[in-house]
Amino acid sequence: MSQAALDALKAKFGDAVRSTLSAHGDESALIDPTRNREILGWLKSEGFDMLVDLSVLDTLGLDAREHGRFEVVYSLRNMTSGRRLRIKAAIDLGVSDENPRIDSVLPLWKGANWFEREAFDMYGVEFVGHGDLRRILMYEEFIGHPMRKDYPKDRRQPLVRRDFT
Amino acid sequence: MATPLTNAPRKVVLGARTAEDLELDDDLPTEPMTINMGPSHPAMHGTVRIVLTVEGERVKEGDVQVGFLHRCFEKESEHATWTQVFPYTDRLNYVSPMLNNVGYAMAVEKLLDITKLIPERAQYIRVLVGEMSRVTDHLTCLGASAMELGAMTVFFWLIKAREWIWELLEELSGARLTHSYVRIGGVVSDLTPDFAPKLRKIIDGVRRAVADADATLTRNRIFRDRMDGVGVISKEDAIAYGWTGPALRSTGVAYDVRKDHPYLVYERFDFDVPIGSRGDNFDRFACRMEEMHQSLRILEQALEQIAPGPILVDDPKIVMPPKSSAYNTIEGMINHFKLVVDGIKVPRGEIYSYTEGGNGELGFYIVSDGSGRPFRCRVRPPCFAIVQALPELIRGQNIADIIPTFGMMNMIGGECDR
Repeated sequence: MSQAALDALKAKFGDAVRSTLSAHGDESALIDPTRNREILGWLKSEGFDMLVDLSVLDTLGLDAREHGRFEVVYSLRNMTSGRRLRIKAAIDLGVSDENPRIDSVLPLWKGANWFEREAFDMYGVEFVGHGDLRRILMYEEFIGHPMRKDYPKDRRQPLVRRDFT
Repeated sequence: MATPLTNAPRKVVLGARTAEDLELDDDLPTEPMTINMGPSHPAMHGTVRIVLTVEGERVKEGDVQVGFLHRCFEKESEHATWTQVFPYTDRLNYVSPMLNNVGYAMAVEKLLDITKLIPERAQYIRVLVGEMSRVTDHLTCLGASAMELGAMTVFFWLIKAREWIWELLEELSGARLTHSYVRIGGVVSDLTPDFAPKLRKIIDGVRRAVADADATLTRNRIFRDRMDGVGVISKEDAIAYGWTGPALRSTGVAYDVRKDHPYLVYERFDFDVPIGSRGDNFDRFACRMEEMHQSLRILEQALEQIAPGPILVDDPKIVMPPKSSAYNTIEGMINHFKLVVDGIKVPRGEIYSYTEGGNGELGFYIVSDGSGRPFRCRVRPPCFAIVQALPELIRGQNIADIIPTFGMMNMIGGECDR
């Protein structure tokens, strides 16, 4: 279905598109995380004008991967043709394993605002250029990022306000 | 208008007396004030907090804070078997739990590659319960909003109609609200013997209730004044924000997953997708009103077309053995045990599956590592994307306009906060 879009993407960006996959009727592409805004901006101009979803996948324990641990997953939809595409940007961590960073796509879609805040809240991915990257679902006193695979499910953090006088 | 450069003291108006004074209304000496709306506010159905900066009655800025109902759906799902996730999905959009059940089941089935194998009767039952849930979703949204605008009677009419549907769903699934009725591979039990006549009776009742609400509200001056031209959003902005469902359709974009990406047996039904033209609160109200009629049409057609047959796929790796087999044969017992303890083995891979929920596109992004539990179970909540536009929609409006605008977004805490 969207195979043509994947081919066009590969032709346009070459090595920045690391791999593509068509499985179960879904088309996805793994891209260079440093060029995410450029590639997504091009896709938007090509008709993939809705950012349906933005989430993060923590691949810790999934399998031995060459690339980084956190994958930012963008689900796009072309509102004219109805085609869909999943773009994944695996963040290369290297030394800064605790602080994955990627460019914000807020300039492209206003709707990225809360989705990026949630991804930051849950996974600690820093979206550079977002401007208002606050926690959204957890409370501000919360320590850590609960959806990370190394955050134990049963860890408790009682909310103690110390600023009461 | 350019401001004249003079040193004369600014004329301060403390009460408009003449026509000339009225034109200076904008100069009324108001200081920005911060007020809290919520997290628990009588006009906020759902726990949400809006930190408002107001100048008089005008909203300068509103910071919408969600998350008060966060119950770690995604984290809990990673520790539950594929089947154990169903009760959690009930609690996402808790005014249309069946739609969440269906959405999640279809996501797992897509990854299992058994979408085509689901028996026809099960697909029809899913459509039936799903559309019933869509009606309850819209009834709740419209009833609650009407109540907030002062139409208490309409609230009672619509909530009474909702109760009829929930009573029938309770009869079917055993629970009034948290049904957990759908299973991977089908549905858990067949329709009750007198389901069809009861549903037909309910359809008539709901039609009457909706017609009454329509007669009371649609040409009601007070209601229209609060809804018309309030909370306007353009087509482009709605798409940029990721709006879907009735909220997007109110702007004129005819995107409905049931039509654009037909799933289950939706292709076989004759139904229309109502769209608005102005993208204001009234259009969102009108779209939901009409969608209920369309859902009722689908229900009638589904009742006509549904034929007897199996309700679960015939695959012991996915579906629990019948109780007689689990209790009386060693194979059946082991099969049962493995499915309960280890869970269904879903092959490695990832998919994004989407269905039309009550508020729009309900998506599930699921990653499996081949074990009996999801590696990642992300839900794309439609109202999360919608509510994030609220600050923009209320900027410059009156405080009173927040109520219908927020109401027509139909924020459901369980779905938005997960």
